[in-house]
Amino acid sequence: MAGTGKAHLRPDEEVLIKIEDMVVEFRAAGKKTVKAVSGISLDVKEGETLGLVGESGCGKSTVARALIQLPPPNSGSVVVNGVELTDLSEKEVRPYRTGLQIIFQDPISSLNPRRQVADIIAEPLKVWGPDDEEEQAEIVDRMLYAVGLDPEVARDKRPHEFSGGQCQRISIARSLILGPKVLICDEPVSALDVSVQAQILNLLRDLKAEYGLTLVFIAHDLAVVKNVSDRVAVMYLGKLCEVAEPDDLYANAAHPYTSLLLDSIPEPDPTLSIDLSMDQVPEIPSSIDPPSGCRFRTRCPQASERCIDEEPQMRKISESHHVACHHPLIAVNG
Amino acid sequence: MTTEGAVAARVDVPVPASEILRVEDLCTSFFLPIGELQAVRGVSFILQRGRSLGIVGESGSGKTVLARSIMRLNVGANVKTTGSAFFEGKDLLSLESREMRKLWGSKIAMIFQDPMTSLNPMVKIGRQVTEHLRKHRGVGRQAAKQTALELLNEVRIPEAASRIGRFPHELSGGMRQRVSIASALACEPSLLFADEPTTALDVTVQHQILNLLSREQDQRNMTLVMVTHDLGVVAGRTDDTLVMYAGKVVEKASTIEIFGRTSHPYTEALMRSIPRTTQASHTPLVAITGRPPVATHLPKGCAFSLRCPYAQLKCHEEDPPLIPIGNSGHEAACWYPVGTDANQEAFERNLSDRLPQTLVVADALIAGKMGQTPGDSPEEGSA
Repeated sequence: MAGTGKAHLRPDEEVLIKIEDMVVEFRAAGKKTVKAVSGISLDVKEGETLGLVGESGCGKSTVARALIQLPPPNSGSVVVNGVELTDLSEKEVRPYRTGLQIIFQDPISSLNPRRQVADIIAEPLKVWGPDDEEEQAEIVDRMLYAVGLDPEVARDKRPHEFSGGQCQRISIARSLILGPKVLICDEPVSALDVSVQAQILNLLRDLKAEYGLTLVFIAHDLAVVKNVSDRVAVMYLGKLCEVAEPDDLYANAAHPYTSLLLDSIPEPDPTLSIDLSMDQVPEIPSSIDPPSGCRFRTRCPQASERCIDEEPQMRKISESHHVACHHPLIAVNG
Repeated sequence: MTTEGAVAARVDVPVPASEILRVEDLCTSFFLPIGELQAVRGVSFILQRGRSLGIVGESGSGKTVLARSIMRLNVGANVKTTGSAFFEGKDLLSLESREMRKLWGSKIAMIFQDPMTSLNPMVKIGRQVTEHLRKHRGVGRQAAKQTALELLNEVRIPEAASRIGRFPHELSGGMRQRVSIASALACEPSLLFADEPTTALDVTVQHQILNLLSREQDQRNMTLVMVTHDLGVVAGRTDDTLVMYAGKVVEKASTIEIFGRTSHPYTEALMRSIPRTTQASHTPLVAITGRPPVATHLPKGCAFSLRCPYAQLKCHEEDPPLIPIGNSGHEAACWYPVGTDANQEAFERNLSDRLPQTLVVADALIAGKMGQTPGDSPEEGSA
């Protein structure tokens, strides 16, 4: 794909977040440019969980950060709840961030090791919340309880006294304390042990229902993404490959890259045979010098002359399933 | 693993040629200012030549320390290892360091999780790959270069001839791991330890590296020990599996049996808690409540008892030994193994006593069966 196009976008009035033609580039040594995100369009409905998957370096975290303007995208538009964030100055965008929160992969390094848990969680309240300290403390206790920590025990401790899973609960508490509408989860469970991972996924699911959150969920683990998402977008080298509902995507992958990803997952089932056909697939190219046309063509078994010259556009397979590929694995209507 | 006689082998006792590694009652402790950390607590297993063994567990379960103890890589004044590890009849744990050095890289090799830190950043990859050959076999410089080329081709490094003079930082993570595999294979070791070899890699690269390891193992009739936290990695790639929890083996069996006839509650809990792509989206996960015990303060009785939905009084009092399940060599360390009547009764009893970890499992199972949508489930996995 790695293609562009907006066929997969839904009408403005139905969506809470709308990203159009987002481009994010970074300068690299030797006057080169890292093309991290190259013209991505995405939307998220209120209350929906959008899953973003792809290999490292595909730009999934960059999309999430550009969404909250950290840093703002080089070009393109980001509309959240009817407000165009890219038009705002650094100062003007700050109040909007209270409604757009993010949690990170490594919960321990995203918490200040020298502060007590109650202060860490109360920090956003000190800026935007009620002035009354007692009221703040009350909100903090309620939040700690909501994420499954005992306020009496946790309040005065410091992050190093908690396990990774508990630290992730603390960062979730901090991110939700201002009552955001949107929570961006950037690989929230990849640093956690399997037995703790399920606790955090269940917690996010419960909190989403309780607070009516809209989630953007980024992960490289396709099973995790399938479990939590209402809609999944597959990314490759700064472009979108395929957007679909999870059950549909995993059963009827239309993009060769989605198919490659799915076939690579080690399934916990010893009776399955191992696919050896992918051993010849070359490595992912650099995003400093991405291939012309379809960016996936260098690794794609379906690639043709056309893929070198022409970038595929998003096309519709069904109302909720779109693919950007010249040679999709299932029939495309348009 | 087979059920060999219980007689301890001695250094001079002939061992069956098919047996490559026999670990007996291996214990490793670290003495820290806060107390003794028992990382490995009495692990025994027998590994047959040419087989592949998966050691699965969460961080802190002792799986890596076990592998490093067998390799004699745990150095320091505060580490103590007891028990024995017979490699082709020789007890590695009582060998002189000089003898051990002769085995490293030539008979026993190891690959690590992060190839960037296991390769020397200052040395070109061609030289790293053949270091063992030059040292152990006295191979000359030109011959070594030729072998390096062959090895790099074999592990499918494209344009090997031009990569041979590169430094590790010039290669991608997957390529670096291929280099460290090539270097481990150089002397054709009979036993290869792979400690989380693909954890740092992307899923498509992981698949290729695992295929590469399996292929090399087959072709060379090498014995492979794969240490991982990922049940999916173990499933397709190993013949036998050990599941570790808090420094002990809680279940061991052929990999098919571990998945098909799961007997230890911890193994069952692990399998239930991982999301799978074969499940419908939003399938509720059965989380394991609590977290692993701290190795300096292990609970009395079974280490999993505080998180186990089947735990009874006996579990909190007495640590269960490995008990045979059936007669295929399958063993589980549990007083109430999954799939038995005693286990079912224990579950019912805990349910009527409203034990929190049992309620979580019961609720999640009901939610899963009824195909509930997210948010409807009352379960809460508290830390």
